Amino acid sequence: MSIGIVGYGSFIPRRRIKLEEIAKVWGADAASYKRGLQLHEKSVPGKDEDTITMAVEAGRRALVRSGGVNPSAIGAVYVGSESHPYAVKPSGTVVAEALGITPEAHVGDLEFACKAGTESMYLAYSLVKAGEVGYALGIGADTSQGAPGDALEYSTAAGAAAFIFGSDEERIVAEVVATYSWTTDTPDFWRRSQMHYPRHGSRYTGEPAYFRHITSSAAGIMERAGFKPEDFAFAVFHQPNGKFPVRVGKRLGFTTKQMEPGWLSPWLGNTYSGASPIGLTASFDVAKPGDLILITSFGSGAGSDSFIFRMTDRITAVQALAPLTRMQLDNDKIYVDYGTYAKLRGKIRMGE
Amino acid sequence: MREVAIIGVGMIDWGELWGKSLREIWAEAALAALDDAGIDRVDLITVGCMSPGLFVGQEHLASLLADEIGMAGVASTRVESACASGSLAFRAGFAEVAAGLSDLVLVTGVEKMTDVDGADATYALGTAADQELEGFHGITFPGLYAMMARVHMAHHGTTSRQLAAVAAKNHANGLLNPHAQYHMRVSIDDVLGSTMVADPLHLLDCSPITDGAAAVVLAPLDKAKDHVGNRTVVKVAGSGLATDTIALANREDLARLRAVELAAERAYVMAGRRPSDIHVAEVHDCFTIAEIMATEALGFFEPGEGGPAAERGLTALGDRLPINPSGGLKSKGHPVGATGVAQIAEITLQLLGKAGQRQVEGARVGLTQNMGGSGGSSTVHILEAV
Repeated sequence: MSIGIVGYGSFIPRRRIKLEEIAKVWGADAASYKRGLQLHEKSVPGKDEDTITMAVEAGRRALVRSGGVNPSAIGAVYVGSESHPYAVKPSGTVVAEALGITPEAHVGDLEFACKAGTESMYLAYSLVKAGEVGYALGIGADTSQGAPGDALEYSTAAGAAAFIFGSDEERIVAEVVATYSWTTDTPDFWRRSQMHYPRHGSRYTGEPAYFRHITSSAAGIMERAGFKPEDFAFAVFHQPNGKFPVRVGKRLGFTTKQMEPGWLSPWLGNTYSGASPIGLTASFDVAKPGDLILITSFGSGAGSDSFIFRMTDRITAVQALAPLTRMQLDNDKIYVDYGTYAKLRGKIRMGE
Repeated sequence: MREVAIIGVGMIDWGELWGKSLREIWAEAALAALDDAGIDRVDLITVGCMSPGLFVGQEHLASLLADEIGMAGVASTRVESACASGSLAFRAGFAEVAAGLSDLVLVTGVEKMTDVDGADATYALGTAADQELEGFHGITFPGLYAMMARVHMAHHGTTSRQLAAVAAKNHANGLLNPHAQYHMRVSIDDVLGSTMVADPLHLLDCSPITDGAAAVVLAPLDKAKDHVGNRTVVKVAGSGLATDTIALANREDLARLRAVELAAERAYVMAGRRPSDIHVAEVHDCFTIAEIMATEALGFFEPGEGGPAAERGLTALGDRLPINPSGGLKSKGHPVGATGVAQIAEITLQLLGKAGQRQVEGARVGLTQNMGGSGGSSTVHILEAV
């Protein structure tokens, strides 16, 4: 029995802020940030967009592409994020209710820095594989936080991706070929409860955290499943900025061409739990039947989840059913200035 | 006073050594030096370290580190003079042997700087400035050296290209040093195109944050042959130490490094040498302007000629006076307490003809110059192959 994704969808807010606009406010050297981080602009959530609403939008699009899966047949919903609107009270219940999945469902919120999205995918996949549920929905969504003036502020963005897993062969668009996770206790980035913004270990977030976990996870899944980089049509890596995913991909032996469709961060920013999952949707959007696709996420703390998917014949039939990820990224953009951005991100202290 | 020889050298790979603690990197370098000298006991350990309290939350290093290599009981002392701590530890060991208080001394330097983030590291380093007159008003070291660079430019016409030439040269040398932190080729245009940190100093004008340690072993010259046989040994011919005002505001001339001039004068007198006798030198290039000012203060070039000399390549390997063949602080890295000892280690290797691809041919007399803060302290040592 094969298990796979039967429907997928993404959501990217329309608002953008350019890197120069942020750098101007802090007196920073925009050119060096652009060169160093390979970032041009990032998405900004609007006043009525948060992790829950974006998760719902992405979930709806996944349903549209699912070939008519009845929402009430979905037995589990997981929302991975580090910007759940509530500390206590799940995002998942709102999402499941809005999508018509409730009440007979197992619902939960997940948090593992930037890899909570692939975690939700892994749980959804595993429950279907175990035969506990017919379908399961895994979502990664974030309105990422970065302290004003911190290097993170140039990358933290908003977006969501949703994936419905099932064992229903005529509906599968991407069969799961293999999964592999690689986790250690590596404190490179954290936000304690009550803290408004996360803290990070500067350069320590690079080699010992991001690069070590992604290379170990990606190399591990390829070795176990018996594949080489050249076997893949596309590869997607967690993208905290524009530079890291390309560097880690090349280190693993992938080409720019394989990474290009899923490499969204230069124009999207870092959508944390949404980052590699949204990149995966963009690769699905251009994939052909038989294509192999690798995704490796990274979450600080730290760990990486990898999946290998094989696209089925049905993929080409569903791509155009919902907004393509790249189209959302490239079109209908609304540019905001820093003041508007500060207002939308709740950075302005208001009267009581 | 007894003559003193260097009979062992220990260097380790420097960098962002996140997987190792201060005591581990120190022990690696210390044991390497003891192995090189072929001994397993010493009379004294000296430790140059600027700020273990702020960087790793540990003081009382002298005892801690002696114990780390199984030598609890031995005499041990920590020496601090900001970024000159390492060479002060060397001078303390030299004085002990010269005075006959100790025969075998393990001189070490260490700093573990990457266990804190950039802001905390900047604060820790900033304590080497005059906090009341400088630090508390917000200035950090790039700003202090930038002011010195501006005055040097105004007095002498020194240019940003000349500063950049120092970085390009030191990175070229560092490519030949397997222990260096940054093995990367850097062009003058790379430096000029890098992020401005404190005008006129770009990112690539500044030395990095580094974890590292270095060690050497000292013995009386007349007993050195007992340890190294009939091989060439390196003796400490001259040692000079001097201070200057820490606060730049109290200096008469910001384009001069008075502590370096005084330390050099004392070292030259002790060694009976002149600047023109020096074949190779390691100087304190914490910023590119510092190397230019140091080469002038050491008498290698006239005031104002340090910049043009660097740009013309006179200080490159194979030219008139190779400066920082190790890659200097710029490329090799700058774990502040270790730097002064590593300079001694490099010149020792050069004089023994053991410097590999970066060997300065025929070097018999070498010099090291190490500096604390923005020049508030400096040491100069002259070493000779005998």
